[in-house]
Amino acid sequence: MITEKSDQDVSVVHEIVGRCRDIEGNLIKILHQVQSHYGYVSEAAIKEVADLLDLPTAKIVEVLTFYNFFKLHPPAKHNVAVCMGTACYLKGGETVRENFNNALNIKDGETTSDGLFQVEAVRCVGCCGLAPTVSVDDKVYGAATKKDVEKIIAKYSNE
Amino acid sequence: MSDTVTITIDGKTIKAPKGANLLKVALEHGIDIPKLCYNEKLTPTGACSLCIVKIENRRGFVRSCTVEVEDGMVVTAFDDHLEDIRRTTLDMILSNHDDDCISCSADGNCELQDLTFRYNLVRDQRMYSPMWGNLENRSDTTSQVLDYDATRCIQCSQCIKACHELQGKGVLGYAERGIGTYVFAGMGRWEDSECDGCGECIQQCPTGAITSKAIYTPHKMIREKDIDRKVTTICPYCGVGCQLELSIKKNKIVRVEGADRAPNYGKICVKGRFGLDFIHREDRLKKPLMKKNGKFEEVEWEEALDYTAKRFLEIREKHGADAIAGLSSARCTNEENFVFQKFMRAVVGTNNVDHCARLCHASTVVGLAGTFGSGAMTNSIDELEGADVILVTGSNTTETHPVIATHIKRAVLFKGAKLIVVDPRRIDLVRYAHLWLRQNNGTDVAWINGLMNIIISEDIHDRKFIKERTEGFAELETLARDYTPEKVESITGIPADQLKEAARLFGSVDKASIVYSMGITQHTTGTNNVRSLANLAMVTGNIGKESTGVNPLRGQNNVQGACDLGALPNVYPGYQKVADVAAKEKFEKAWNAKLSDNVGYTIVELMHAACDKKVKALYIMGENPMVSDPNIQHVKKALESVEFLVCQDIFPTETTQYADVVFPASSFAEKEGNYTNTERRVLPLTAAFEPVGESKPDWAIVQEISRRMGYEMHYKNVGDIIDEINALTPQYAGITKERIQKGELLQWPCPAVDHPGTKYLHKEKFAKGKGTFSPAPYIPSNELPDKKYPFVLSTGRILYHYHTGTMSRRSEALNRYVEGPYVEMNQGDCEALGVKDKDKVRVSSRRGEITTTVLETRRVKKGSVFIPFHFAEAAANMLTNDAFDPTAKIPELKVCACKVEKV
Repeated sequence: MITEKSDQDVSVVHEIVGRCRDIEGNLIKILHQVQSHYGYVSEAAIKEVADLLDLPTAKIVEVLTFYNFFKLHPPAKHNVAVCMGTACYLKGGETVRENFNNALNIKDGETTSDGLFQVEAVRCVGCCGLAPTVSVDDKVYGAATKKDVEKIIAKYSNE
Repeated sequence: MSDTVTITIDGKTIKAPKGANLLKVALEHGIDIPKLCYNEKLTPTGACSLCIVKIENRRGFVRSCTVEVEDGMVVTAFDDHLEDIRRTTLDMILSNHDDDCISCSADGNCELQDLTFRYNLVRDQRMYSPMWGNLENRSDTTSQVLDYDATRCIQCSQCIKACHELQGKGVLGYAERGIGTYVFAGMGRWEDSECDGCGECIQQCPTGAITSKAIYTPHKMIREKDIDRKVTTICPYCGVGCQLELSIKKNKIVRVEGADRAPNYGKICVKGRFGLDFIHREDRLKKPLMKKNGKFEEVEWEEALDYTAKRFLEIREKHGADAIAGLSSARCTNEENFVFQKFMRAVVGTNNVDHCARLCHASTVVGLAGTFGSGAMTNSIDELEGADVILVTGSNTTETHPVIATHIKRAVLFKGAKLIVVDPRRIDLVRYAHLWLRQNNGTDVAWINGLMNIIISEDIHDRKFIKERTEGFAELETLARDYTPEKVESITGIPADQLKEAARLFGSVDKASIVYSMGITQHTTGTNNVRSLANLAMVTGNIGKESTGVNPLRGQNNVQGACDLGALPNVYPGYQKVADVAAKEKFEKAWNAKLSDNVGYTIVELMHAACDKKVKALYIMGENPMVSDPNIQHVKKALESVEFLVCQDIFPTETTQYADVVFPASSFAEKEGNYTNTERRVLPLTAAFEPVGESKPDWAIVQEISRRMGYEMHYKNVGDIIDEINALTPQYAGITKERIQKGELLQWPCPAVDHPGTKYLHKEKFAKGKGTFSPAPYIPSNELPDKKYPFVLSTGRILYHYHTGTMSRRSEALNRYVEGPYVEMNQGDCEALGVKDKDKVRVSSRRGEITTTVLETRRVKKGSVFIPFHFAEAAANMLTNDAFDPTAKIPELKVCACKVEKV
């Protein structure tokens, strides 16, 4: 299954499509705005866009899965971005990522069942001196070790 | 400039049409360039990279499937270098393909396997290790009819493109990128997607990635080499008349594909591909039945035939020939209809013969005959793709004529046509429409007159055509003047602006086609609706040329043929009028019998006459009025009232249970004969099997009864009947058995053996000379909603079932999609009634009531409900109104008043 069933209120989708209806090549623009409003593009939103634009749903899902930017699942409360840029990678970023995945019992791109965490691999965040880095939401943690992973999880779990 | 170019491929000089596809040209000249994604019917993809060639003065390697030939082009198709690259490319493709051929039903019929052998890329010869493991969880087996195995998919795009470019549906797409790319439907689950199960993707898949589920067989492992034989024949469902290729193993159908011939050229729908298992069902009628002491008993043919003949003779003796009536069948062949009406006319001596065309397009036959002189689709199906504008009204084409809908969709998607849909329901075609006008049910004359009002007042009508080809325009002009956009808006609910836009669009283009169906015909004003559409076509000069016309889509597989061959109470074969003395003499002479002067009963009149004891015996061939006819309570009373009822069918039906004698008939797959499809094309059936049990073709049964009544017909085979049709039916005169056998697929009129048939009608002049404008004023429907019955009920067909369900409801696959009855209701109405989707409701009208299930939907508007009529247990026709059109006698199945209550 690519998308998740949802009964999201899609009234904003109407407004968005209404605004973009006459713009050529409007699909991506619409999907951007949908994601920016809801945080992701839900199945209900896809259906609504398809219906309003008279498009097959597959045409929309093709775009959504082609571009990494689009999210098809609701975002977790906290986004854990483990850097895989050259410096971080050499300093053990891969292990840090595995530690997060194992501790949270999820794969990249998935969300924990309590909706608190998701883990993603990112390229350089510009803090190579602190490698390996982990960014949780907007905060950057440097020289991360397995212990730090546990601490970070504990900290954000209780927030 | 010459239309031919000369190119050289590997030193061979080849002449080819300018602009032709290089790969196609090479393949046609025996230069076997390998390919996996190329498909002649689709736009070039250039995905597999196997068809690379070198072209002089062009850099690098070129995918030959993406190149048009140019004069002087010098091409290298084969050298060691190219072959080496191809081998490596194929190796990479194989690394992403699970080659477990032993578990694959495409084994032996797989283009990838063929190439693997050709390049000797068996496993130990490959460089790249398997990488398909990560695709395993991308397979999708949720569809009702097919399975997608992502590990066998080579991303050739043929399925995705076929769905979009051939079928016009676009249900499939690619998800993800790179090595992880896979095909998906809708939003990732086939079952929940817009896929309607046509199976085009299965037919195009070059490997075993998309395969049919086990529909015809206990499991799905059927390989090409398991198939004993293949037979090409005609689909028994709708009036499109698709040619099917049946694959047969041990005398059972195991697979069905579209044959690449007119009118469908390979395309078929879910019913044709997956809905033919009914012919093998155990409950087929296999022996004649006679009712003895209230119960059916199997009897020998002799007894049933003798008894039937005896009873017909007795009743005729006592009550006269007009006390006997027959219903012929739009499901039977031309020849069977011819023989049946001949039996009623020449043997029984009555014109009481009609069939269910009365219930679908009687108003077309009358309306178009009066205006143009011929009641049929004026143009051909494939011409739709050449139209500038297509106006579809009262036809849910996607569901009722699926393959015709693909032409309309392709016209819109790829040929720049503009589609105008006028329909109270938000049907699938609305998604493709430039304009959708949503009229109130039963107000068609008003909006059509409104269009003409605007077209005439804005002076975009075709003055030249009107002057040269038509008569009676002044009266039309006067009538149309009254139908101002504002007045039309008040009647139809169509906003005046939309109507104006539609009129300008329709009136301004060179070629506009009108397509309609039962939403136009099944009204008490059905004939006027049809006449008004004919007026619209003539006002704009859209008749008598390619890609225009007035095109009624005929419902049943052979409803066109049944009408053509005289299964109607007022005309002999070829629409020669019973009331015409010369015609009567002609047939009396040919049949050596005295024929009746009286025009016979139509179906609805016939049921009344039976209730009134005027009709004492009824002979029904392949029809099921207990489900198909309006006001079923009344039909039941009629069937119970007659003294003697004979049915012949392939299955026991809701109707046969009232019969005294039931004859077992052979199905379409067990007999020969011809169907005439909706575009007037005569299409031959091929017998794929021996008749089931002791069943016989319908014509043979009629002939046996005839003989016992003292009239020998002397037909040894279908060919003998065709000869007689040729001799007596001018428009079929040139459609001889020899030409049919040669594979000519002729469209009538074809008046002589050297006539090529007629692609579109009324070319230089109308069949009746000049086209006659028949102005018609708007008259409201017979029964409108009121306080007691506040909803408008409309009935119709759905994609997954057919007519009374005798065939489709015995199909495994079709029932996976839709199992039983329902009523479409608007969300607003559901809320007001306090019901939800799938709740039970009681729907009642002044004639009866049914209990059915709610389908909550946006398709119908508030205050309207729609019920498919296929389902006997909640038969829509318990509710419908048998009030009929005064000229065509077609009942008003599309509008009646009803109420809905929560149960």
